[in-house]
Amino acid sequence: MNIHEYQAKELLSKYGVAVPKGKVIVNAEEATSAAWSIETEVAVVKAQIHAGGRGKAGGVKIAKSIDEVSGYAKELLGKTLVTHQTGPEGKEVKTLLIEEGCRIHKEYYLALTLDRETSRVTLVASEEGGMDIEEVAESQPEKIFKEAIDPLIGLSEFQARRICFSINIPTDLINDTVKLMINFYQCFMENDCALAEINPLVVTEDGRVMALDAKLNFDDNGLYRNQHILKYRDLNEEDEKEIEASKHGLAYISLDGSIGCMVNGAGLAMATMDIIKSYGGDPANFLDVGGGASEEKVTNAFQIILSDSRVKGIFVNIFGGIMKCDVIARGIVNAAIKTNLNVPVVVRFEGTNVEMGRKILENSNLNIVTAGDMGEGAKKIVELIK
Amino acid sequence: MSIWVNQETKVMVQGITGKTALYHTKQMLEYGTKIVAGVTPGKEGTFAEGVPVFNTVDKAKEETGANVSVIYVPAKFAADAILEAVDAELELVICITEHIPIKDMVIVKRYMEGKKTRLIGPNCPGIITPDECKIGIMPGYIHKKGRIGVVSRSGTLTYEAVHQLTQRGVGQSSAVGIGGDPVNGTNFIDVLKAFNEDENTDAVIMIGEIGGNEEEKAAHWVKENMKKPVVGFISGKTAPAGKRMGHAGAIIAGGKGTADEKIRVMESCGISIVDEPTTMGETLVKVLKENNLWRSEYEVRSEKI
Repeated sequence: MNIHEYQAKELLSKYGVAVPKGKVIVNAEEATSAAWSIETEVAVVKAQIHAGGRGKAGGVKIAKSIDEVSGYAKELLGKTLVTHQTGPEGKEVKTLLIEEGCRIHKEYYLALTLDRETSRVTLVASEEGGMDIEEVAESQPEKIFKEAIDPLIGLSEFQARRICFSINIPTDLINDTVKLMINFYQCFMENDCALAEINPLVVTEDGRVMALDAKLNFDDNGLYRNQHILKYRDLNEEDEKEIEASKHGLAYISLDGSIGCMVNGAGLAMATMDIIKSYGGDPANFLDVGGGASEEKVTNAFQIILSDSRVKGIFVNIFGGIMKCDVIARGIVNAAIKTNLNVPVVVRFEGTNVEMGRKILENSNLNIVTAGDMGEGAKKIVELIK
Repeated sequence: MSIWVNQETKVMVQGITGKTALYHTKQMLEYGTKIVAGVTPGKEGTFAEGVPVFNTVDKAKEETGANVSVIYVPAKFAADAILEAVDAELELVICITEHIPIKDMVIVKRYMEGKKTRLIGPNCPGIITPDECKIGIMPGYIHKKGRIGVVSRSGTLTYEAVHQLTQRGVGQSSAVGIGGDPVNGTNFIDVLKAFNEDENTDAVIMIGEIGGNEEEKAAHWVKENMKKPVVGFISGKTAPAGKRMGHAGAIIAGGKGTADEKIRVMESCGISIVDEPTTMGETLVKVLKENNLWRSEYEVRSEKI
């Protein structure tokens, strides 16, 4: 789960990570009083959307007067921002963060993430702050420093200090920065973060170290024990179909194509998308109904797929090991009736009770075609929607 | 012969009184797996599917001689269940449970350093040695005893590969699902190493997916060490970057972990890549023939099917 920058800063500051003074507004009339309340000469008006690349897309403005703050607030609220992460449809700005501007001496990059190779949470830092870290990793890998953290001990001071020296934090600010890093790690662990980035971390001309921008991403599997994080969830930022699917315990991801997919197992679901593509079709979604799907779950899955108006046909690919094909078949028939199915469906079944499943589909008198293997199924659905 | 589990394996089921665990305990027993104990705190003295239940893993091991455990407990309690099994020094622990928080697994993995227990999973279908021992959730009937090793991050794609082999009369020595999580116990190299050393395995099918770089590392290992042919498949060629595709570990992050990169490295290390998941069995057969590993018994059995 992702949260907004202002929420990330709120959480980080609870852990003692310094952030600029700021105020959140949702309508332009509040801009003036927000700007007054943070008592600053220069204010920064920042659009709050989950996607990165806001600066380049014009979502971050520097205002030198109260009038400018209010002008920018009017301009940005309600505007649709298109960044490299939003997709061409962009994202509407509904919230702004008005922050004190600060005189930056130098910018750094700081992040915590799971290093899959070592199975350790790892602190990553660079002197090249404010930039896209992937570009730095590509062009100047020697400028990226890492410390793998022992989960039983936590981030040690010496490790944080070593990073500070490596990225050339001014000597008189090393103690503050070490403290900030340790607090940052504590915030990461206590809230089940999956990825946390402070980019840039800045040293100001008046000698402070703070998080000028922050991005926190949480491990969905840890949310059950972090109810306070769930209140940060912004449903406006999520795909409606993905929200609906998660309510039914279905793993669903929206894609751009026209062939809806319903599959059991994540690996098979990805392979199904790939094979549709190789036959010249475009998958509309990734959908894993899971190992023990019930008739009801299948019906829900079908309804979610069909709620996407771009879907011109559906490919069901089930390897029923634990899942029985007759149960799936009844789910499909029910869903087809409930939704007044008017697109072609190709079903590929394999496994337990496969013959019973096929019979149920054949006797349903619905627009459903069966296929012997997934290659044949993919080919058929691509042809049927032409 | 086979890897890690066989007819001698004595299995305990952690969380045996749960609904899923009961269902699969029954399936495993029917397959012929020696399930000797169950563990559910507070239920000692009762029986589940005829299997005696104990309060602790320690006690279950002591009383029954179980050397392997399979875990079906809910995600909230799964990390603790793994720790308990490791503490009891079981040889092998298979964790089926999915949705375990990453933080829990980071701690488990750290705790396991230097311990003798091997962990398979979490978020995996388990391990099977056909006709001898099935531990997990895979459908037993698609398997056939034989000489091909299968290792995969995906459950249903393992079934897909096994089914294609069985249809062609080609059996499996063992099939192992290592699971779809970013932090897991057993990786591709561990399994490939075991198959390499198993004299009754002739060739291996390895099924990977986007995310991480375990497939690349395994490919380099294969190039350096593997004496047997390996056929590989990678799913997720069309998966968008930055999205977790069902499995917690299936994500292209920072441009890393793409299917194309994995396929490129695997191919360069001599692994025979299968483009379509429908031809895993077919390709394996071809590779067996090319390497003079084809056996006449396959022909006989093939005709029957």
